[in-house]
Amino acid sequence: MTANELLVQIQNLRVEFDVRAGIVKAVDGVTFDIYRGQTLGVIGESGCGKSITARAILQMVPKPGKITAGQVLYHRRAKGSTQTDVINISKLDPDGQLIREIRGGEIGMIFQEPMSSLTPVYNAGSHINEAVSLHRLMPLRKVGDQMAETIRAHRKVTKEESRQIAIEMLRRVGIPKPEQRVDSYPHQLSGGQRQRVMIAIALSCQPVMLIADEPTTALDVSIEAQILDIMREMQRNENMAIMFITHNLGVIAEMAKEIVVMYMGKQVERASTVDIFYDPKHPYTRALLQSIPKVGRKTGTRLASIEGMVPDPFNLPTGCVFHPRCPSFMPGKCDKIAPTWKQLVGDHWVSCLLYEEV
Amino acid sequence: MLNYILRRLVYAAIMIVLVSFVSFVIIKLPPGDFLTQKVEQLRARGDRSAEARIEDYRIRYGLDRPFIEQYVGWVTKFVQGDFGESFEYERPVKDLLGERLTMTVILALATLIFTWAIAIPLGVYSAVKQYSIGDQIISVFSFIGLGMPGFLLALLILYFAITVLNQEATGLFSQQYVDAPWSIGRVLDLLNHLWIPAIVSAVTGTGGLIRIMRGNLLETLGQPFIEAARARGLANRTVIWKHAVRMAINPLIVILGSEAIPSIITGNALVSIVLNLPTIGPLFVESLRKLDMYMAGTCIVFFTLLLLIGNLLADLVLAWVDPRIRLE
Repeated sequence: MTANELLVQIQNLRVEFDVRAGIVKAVDGVTFDIYRGQTLGVIGESGCGKSITARAILQMVPKPGKITAGQVLYHRRAKGSTQTDVINISKLDPDGQLIREIRGGEIGMIFQEPMSSLTPVYNAGSHINEAVSLHRLMPLRKVGDQMAETIRAHRKVTKEESRQIAIEMLRRVGIPKPEQRVDSYPHQLSGGQRQRVMIAIALSCQPVMLIADEPTTALDVSIEAQILDIMREMQRNENMAIMFITHNLGVIAEMAKEIVVMYMGKQVERASTVDIFYDPKHPYTRALLQSIPKVGRKTGTRLASIEGMVPDPFNLPTGCVFHPRCPSFMPGKCDKIAPTWKQLVGDHWVSCLLYEEV
Repeated sequence: MLNYILRRLVYAAIMIVLVSFVSFVIIKLPPGDFLTQKVEQLRARGDRSAEARIEDYRIRYGLDRPFIEQYVGWVTKFVQGDFGESFEYERPVKDLLGERLTMTVILALATLIFTWAIAIPLGVYSAVKQYSIGDQIISVFSFIGLGMPGFLLALLILYFAITVLNQEATGLFSQQYVDAPWSIGRVLDLLNHLWIPAIVSAVTGTGGLIRIMRGNLLETLGQPFIEAARARGLANRTVIWKHAVRMAINPLIVILGSEAIPSIITGNALVSIVLNLPTIGPLFVESLRKLDMYMAGTCIVFFTLLLLIGNLLADLVLAWVDPRIRLE
């Protein structure tokens, strides 16, 4: 493996939703890096800020959310070149030219609800065509004098080429008879096929990064395995980074090299996948791992679950947000002092007072 | 597909027969007929010879014959293009309607295009900029439009036009242009009168459409495929018009077919009466009041016909724009 090349840096990102009932800190000081060609897993319960973080990378935080602090830095590199420009995505106009080139063209995204992520009135081919005609460029044979720069020596794809690309992409994501399926409307496709189409759309422009926001949550297990295989294969072929968001620990173990664990908008632990699974430090991570059902475990016993309820987002606990549910709760400390983000060993980071001198 | 259209047309024919029969029955339900009312009037004026003349009329219009015979007679002539004679005007229904048809259709189409051209962009704006000042203003006006009956607004505007603008505001033409041939002056005069029905329809007709457009679009904008389209790198404008509006417009197509097309003939009868517009609407209302049965029957048959055609068209257009309901 080559040296880690930075692709996206998320630094102290904060996203707040100002709603009638108060302010929700959906993402509260998240910092992590994504490297080229690698998979970063993000896990956490529903509503912990995983999806919002992902949308912040594309500068498309849904209303009324706002990035209130921190930034997302994107190390942009023209295809085939080694020069990188650092772009601060969180400063871009959300409907501006540059972010629209990045969205879909350089960072693709697939979603949790394959059933409703395709516009019902357009067929599979037109969806792919939309992305391809925006982002995909064909090398131009004759390069004029003024157009000597390699970047400019491209033209947009034609309709026929775009259709060929669509068919080819559908074939690569494993859709049978792609020549016919390209004209199918979403309602004529199954959930798994629709997710394959979504992947085909995302990958049709050869992005450097794919954000997968719970891509298999709505699918059954056999389809899930196929979808994961496709993503891994594409990653190998294209040297594409993946940010894989899930609450399925089994899936993340298979996919990710590094994992970020989030709880109530905060990252509580970050480490390599092996460390997270074999040497979890944060009590929340441990509790999550204990709640995985295991084949062969004694039947009749109840599956371990995390004590208590997810706190009210308008009224977060003081100190460490996890303290009311934490088995290692230290009275007088955890409910008073907010833990800081600390490096334990190597690349193992945790945010817990157990590892702090207080 | 062709099969489907043919089947729908056959149903439409059956429906028209049923509707015409039922409306005939209903017109016949009140005691007496047009002539009994006429006799009352003449007698009140002290016209002695009325009784005798009435009997002539009764035979002439076939009112002395049994109900079924009257109906069948009318229907048979109807298919041949003779819609019967209006008792009130003592002229063929066909001529009476024909005189007003052009103006009615022009007025209705103008209203239709005007309302839709206003309502759809405003509805889209309202949804896209939800809770903005513009949305609030549009909402207030559309609720006024929804809440206020057209004839009331027409009366208010009439009052305003006459007292403040000192303008003769009823009808479609000034006195000197009513029977004049078409000329620049006549067109200008028409435009000078047309603004009142235009405003009435803009306020009352658009309210509901704006609300429907806004509601549907808001719902569509919350769908995952909108976010997915944005994540593909599409510009906001493209996302809204190509993906969101395209999906949200379906109910409006149904409204266009089932309400807007039939209204081409009637227009808004009450508004037309208040504003004294030469459309078919007031004629129809009058014919119902006077038990002028051939007139009323003909109007009803044509409304039904347009309603059925409108519905069929709406269904075909829906199938065309939305592959999910496309018929095999």
